[in-house]
Amino acid sequence: MRFMVILKANEESEAGVLPDEGTLAAMGRYNEELVKAGVMLAGEGLQSSAKGARVQFADTGITVIDGPFTEAKELIAGFWLIQVGSKEEAIEWVKRCPLGGGAEVEIRQVFEADDFGANLTPELRDAEERLRARVSERQQ
Amino acid sequence: MLFSASSYLYPYGAGWLDALPSGRRGDGDGTGRWAICAPVDRSVPAGAGPIGAWSAPRGASAVRTGARQCFSRAVTATPTHRTIDAVWRIESARLIAGLVRLVRDVGLAEDLAQDALVAALEQWPSSGVPDNPGAWLMSVAKRRAIDAIRREKVLERKHEQLGRELEIERGTGVADFDAAVDGAEVGDDLLRLMFIACHPVLSTEARVALTLRLLGGLTTPEIARAFLIPEPTVAQRIVRAKRTLADKRVPFEVPGGDERAARLSSVLEVLYLIFNEGYSATAGDDWVRPALCEEAMRLGRVLAELTPREPEVHGLVALMEIQASRLRARVGPSGEPVLLLDQDRGAWDQLLIRRGLAALERAEAIGDARGRYVLQAAIAACHARARTAEQTDWPRIAELYRELSELVPSPVVELNRAVAVGMAYGPAAGLELVDALAAEPSLKEYHLLPSVRGDLLASLGRLDEAGTELARAASLTRNNRERELLLRRVEDCARGRVPTR
Repeated sequence: MRFMVILKANEESEAGVLPDEGTLAAMGRYNEELVKAGVMLAGEGLQSSAKGARVQFADTGITVIDGPFTEAKELIAGFWLIQVGSKEEAIEWVKRCPLGGGAEVEIRQVFEADDFGANLTPELRDAEERLRARVSERQQ
Repeated sequence: MLFSASSYLYPYGAGWLDALPSGRRGDGDGTGRWAICAPVDRSVPAGAGPIGAWSAPRGASAVRTGARQCFSRAVTATPTHRTIDAVWRIESARLIAGLVRLVRDVGLAEDLAQDALVAALEQWPSSGVPDNPGAWLMSVAKRRAIDAIRREKVLERKHEQLGRELEIERGTGVADFDAAVDGAEVGDDLLRLMFIACHPVLSTEARVALTLRLLGGLTTPEIARAFLIPEPTVAQRIVRAKRTLADKRVPFEVPGGDERAARLSSVLEVLYLIFNEGYSATAGDDWVRPALCEEAMRLGRVLAELTPREPEVHGLVALMEIQASRLRARVGPSGEPVLLLDQDRGAWDQLLIRRGLAALERAEAIGDARGRYVLQAAIAACHARARTAEQTDWPRIAELYRELSELVPSPVVELNRAVAVGMAYGPAAGLELVDALAAEPSLKEYHLLPSVRGDLLASLGRLDEAGTELARAASLTRNNRERELLLRRVEDCARGRVPTR
């Protein structure tokens, strides 16, 4: 099963302050450990929300709001996608992450197609798969 | 689509499994020697959790086994125990690898690791999980190892009236324990553990069970459930395997030269076998079987980190990632298998495809001689790169199958090649290759041979002959849906229509 491990933003990450060399090295070692254990599928760090935007949907139309956004704790600064055997295993891996005081990480399980059960009817499934096909065509 | 036989084309390997003749699942080369899942026993209880599994006999003393049984009953699935499970999954392979290096005995090393686990089960629920659970387990196991060595030394002196030092003590010495277990050699130990678990002195079944147990941290009941075989069978396999390794004094080493290549190839075979067992799972819908694919991929990635200069390791990783990318597309809404060319490519997992293609690139960057896994991965990659079935690069696939056929001569590979050649250069060219296989005894009962031949004939307008072949294929297949499909095409032929799907 897959989990997305979400690293929450803080004031520094939002201010665009880059991690110091020691932090980067520690994180590098941690990521290497994840890779050596064969559990890390992907992972990225995100730039501050100042370089992002929000798109809000309302009945009246769509509004685009450029960053930055203020509530740092609700923003994310990076993510890992890991493949492990259980949520507890995901937690154990996250506990080894070299983060300082005040940091927060959220662990969320990724849906597999079967998790939708009966709610994902064959028609919906088809529609979703057509969509995925188009997306992947564009990616390639 | 040129002709429908092509839709039977699976990459050599996992894709064929469902279609193979009876009792031959997992048998990639058609010899039947991988029949690890023969005795299917669906009565294996599904409720046995990982902790319950620790009570399984493992050649330890009756007292120890009794203690574990007590635990297993008392402590199912509290949060702490789930955490201990998770820690075990992460740490057990390194723990056992370090211990084998010290005590030079896989069975004893595993017992020691299990002892540390029992200690954790005893203490963590009240003391809390330590900050560095791996180091905690290691230090407990090391203490037990020292005790065991001393005990053995005393015994030996008593029995032989000899003061000579044990080999284990000469080799590493109690003082070197920390260096041996904690040092930079952990990776080497892990590799040695993979090599010893897949040692050719063991049967293939034993290699699979031991690999899952020692490297994957799976319990006996989990392995039994995953392979749909009775738990005592698995337990016995593991006990015997450990005894064999001890009796034959198999060294804990990564051999050099030619032997290294042969031993590495055994490791790769075992990992791919585990992957295929999960991939071909049609029964047992609990999480364990799909998890076999994930575990095989994980171990493959671990191995690739340990042996970055081995193209075949990257090739196997690439092959598994690309094949796994199709997991959700290969079964239809009512559970029926969907053949490769009919699959909805939008459902393919793009992340796994990208990872697979990257692993293939790493393999190809290392050397020019392509091995069997690199070739199969390259074939799988051709399919993965094609946005639609029609865009498939058939000439390249035909060429790759030719290379594979030369490297690993096999009628099944040759049949695949025939399909690819038919797609690339027209049905007559494909038919020529299929006809050369007609006398092949190992394909005598293999429904895909007449099925492929029938489709090629139909594409050439030879409908009478095609109908006969397709009817023969229908009589040979064990899959009801496939039989229906084949019979419908027989009917098409009888009505003078080129069968379509």
